Amino acid sequence: MTATPVLVLLDHAADGTLRPPVRELLTLARTVADGAPVHGVWAGTADVAPALPVLAAQGVAAVHRLVADADPHLSSVVADGLGQLLDATGAGLLLLVSSFESKEVAARLAVRTGAGVVTDADGLEVVDGRLVALKTVLAGTWSTRCAITTPVALVTVKANAVPAADAPAPTEPAVVDVPVQVSATSRRVQLVERTERPASGRPDLGSAHVVVVGGRGTEGDFSPVEDLADALGGAVGATRVATDEGWIGHDAQIGQTGVTVAPRLYVGAGVSGAVHHRGGMQASGTIVAVNADADAPIFEIADYGIVGDLFTVLPQAAAEVRRLRAQG
Amino acid sequence: MRIVVCVKFVPDIQSDRQLGPDGRVVRDLGDGTLNELDENAVEAALTLAEEHDGEVVVLTVGPDDAVDAVRKGLQMGAAQAVHVLDDDVAGSDAIGTATVLAAAVRHLHAAEPVDLVVTGMAGLDGLTSLLPTALGELLDLPSLPLAARLTVDPAAGTVTVERQLDHASETLTAPLPAVVSVTDQANAPRYPNFKGIMAAKKKPVTTLTLADLGVDPATVGTAGARTQVLAAAPRPPREDRVLVQDTGDAGTRLAAWLVEQKLV
Ligand SMILES: Cc1cc2nc3c(=O)[nH]c(=O)nc-3n(C[C@H](O)[C@H](O)[C@H](O)COP(=O)(O)OP(=O)(O)OC[C@H]3O[C@@H](n4cnc5c(N)ncnc54)[C@H](O)[C@@H]3O)c2cc1C
Repeated sequence: MTATPVLVLLDHAADGTLRPPVRELLTLARTVADGAPVHGVWAGTADVAPALPVLAAQGVAAVHRLVADADPHLSSVVADGLGQLLDATGAGLLLLVSSFESKEVAARLAVRTGAGVVTDADGLEVVDGRLVALKTVLAGTWSTRCAITTPVALVTVKANAVPAADAPAPTEPAVVDVPVQVSATSRRVQLVERTERPASGRPDLGSAHVVVVGGRGTEGDFSPVEDLADALGGAVGATRVATDEGWIGHDAQIGQTGVTVAPRLYVGAGVSGAVHHRGGMQASGTIVAVNADADAPIFEIADYGIVGDLFTVLPQAAAEVRRLRAQG
Repeated sequence: MRIVVCVKFVPDIQSDRQLGPDGRVVRDLGDGTLNELDENAVEAALTLAEEHDGEVVVLTVGPDDAVDAVRKGLQMGAAQAVHVLDDDVAGSDAIGTATVLAAAVRHLHAAEPVDLVVTGMAGLDGLTSLLPTALGELLDLPSLPLAARLTVDPAAGTVTVERQLDHASETLTAPLPAVVSVTDQANAPRYPNFKGIMAAKKKPVTTLTLADLGVDPATVGTAGARTQVLAAAPRPPREDRVLVQDTGDAGTRLAAWLVEQKLV
């Protein structure tokens, strides 16, 4: 790869705090940039100030703030701005977090710029001057290495793909406003309403290092699941059965049609391990399963399986984790 | 109202799915099926067609077997099916597939105006979710992905979707024609009944080639792919696995194990 800048779309909450995977993306961007500058792109009306200390520690050279006279939440408007920036900076690589919104942006940019796209990458390398993305596919059962053969590459990266680390030397990122030429296409879609989901106080499901998941076996009582999640400092997830039953919000659903997670530790309680669910969690680092049925398919992929009742095993584990933590 | 539904033929996710030496999903293991999530797309289209006196055309791009995917759509109630079948399509990535589908939609639109294009939220083989948005871009139509609810106002000529994203829920609206993808929350797909299965046998399946659609083969398939799989391997099985029967202290032992693994 030539030493062109790398762009990173800075995913952030409405209050301007960066979402945790962004630090991982910036770390990854530096490793493949090979000395070329890493630039952040800020879309939306939130104040960039809360993010600047993190961006400085990450060695970001500049932050391009997209300013548009159209709704900045529309993926088409973000794509308008990013398309302009790819041209203006000559960047050969744009990294985005693997969210549904990012994938929309990437799809639009791919069509508009002819760029190659890899979604849900769990690593990125430069081999013989070519960008190579690592990706786990088919419900976590296969690993692939995929080269991007176009001059511009768009890669969405899964949370927890790499450990985040600060740059050897911090920077003072310049914040530059970029007036976006909003395309006619973008103006045809109207965002009638957008409601941000309130933060739960627990880590974000998509990027948490620990995720504790409850399934049908909870019979609607998620308290043991929440208890263990809190003891481990993790997020709470659910199977589709649990969300369909209304035991927990739909946004907690893990699986092929829900959130994809790859935490360091996944604990499934009362979860059978149906293939639709496995697709969203099988790439997790360590898998623990607690299930009353010794024949549950989840035991086939569990590093640590307990045949037992979640209502006794989980509270005991949570209490012991707290006790061991207190001991230091 | 004329609705085109794009559907995909994929290996059954319950089967042992594999990648070939070229890094592509092996599609000839004989256990292919209509992508489960596209059943929601067909259902959404049929429901709208019933409400607004319309007609549904199912469209697929894929090898010989892929005709089974559109046949299932016909059995569910679609009136017409189109199968783009061409060796040069093999190896297409999401953008390549979208290019062929876009050409096919234009072809259909030229014959009789298309008001809406509906797709599933993702293919359960590649799971990129790129196609619906790419298709909208290629057709220069508004695309409204991930509809958990979908309504059309024929008088105003608009489509409105409600969708759940990772951190927010949104309502989007756009003028028709437009491209919409629906999630599995959108509806419960109907099962083809005996009458539907018999009727489907009489319905036409039109087969088209890239030449019919005026698509340059160099822009799709392996030739047009913007990514190249260098290596593909099944992930090694997990090692040192532990399975314990709870005899009263499994929770305590689990906590100790987590500490030992440095996960706490
Ligand atoms: C198109 C489509 C998409 C789908 N997408 C998803 C998806 O994204 N995510 C998803 O999760 N599912 C999805 N599903 C559903 C999926 O197929 C399964 O139905 C679902 O994952 C099962 O959830 P479960 O494990 O909670 O329930 P079950 O399969 O019913 O398993 C419950 C388990 O709990 C155990 N149990 C019961 N009581 C206890 C107890 N006291 N202690 C311990 N164990 C107990 C039982 O032994 C059993 O193994 C999808 C389905 C379709 C058709």
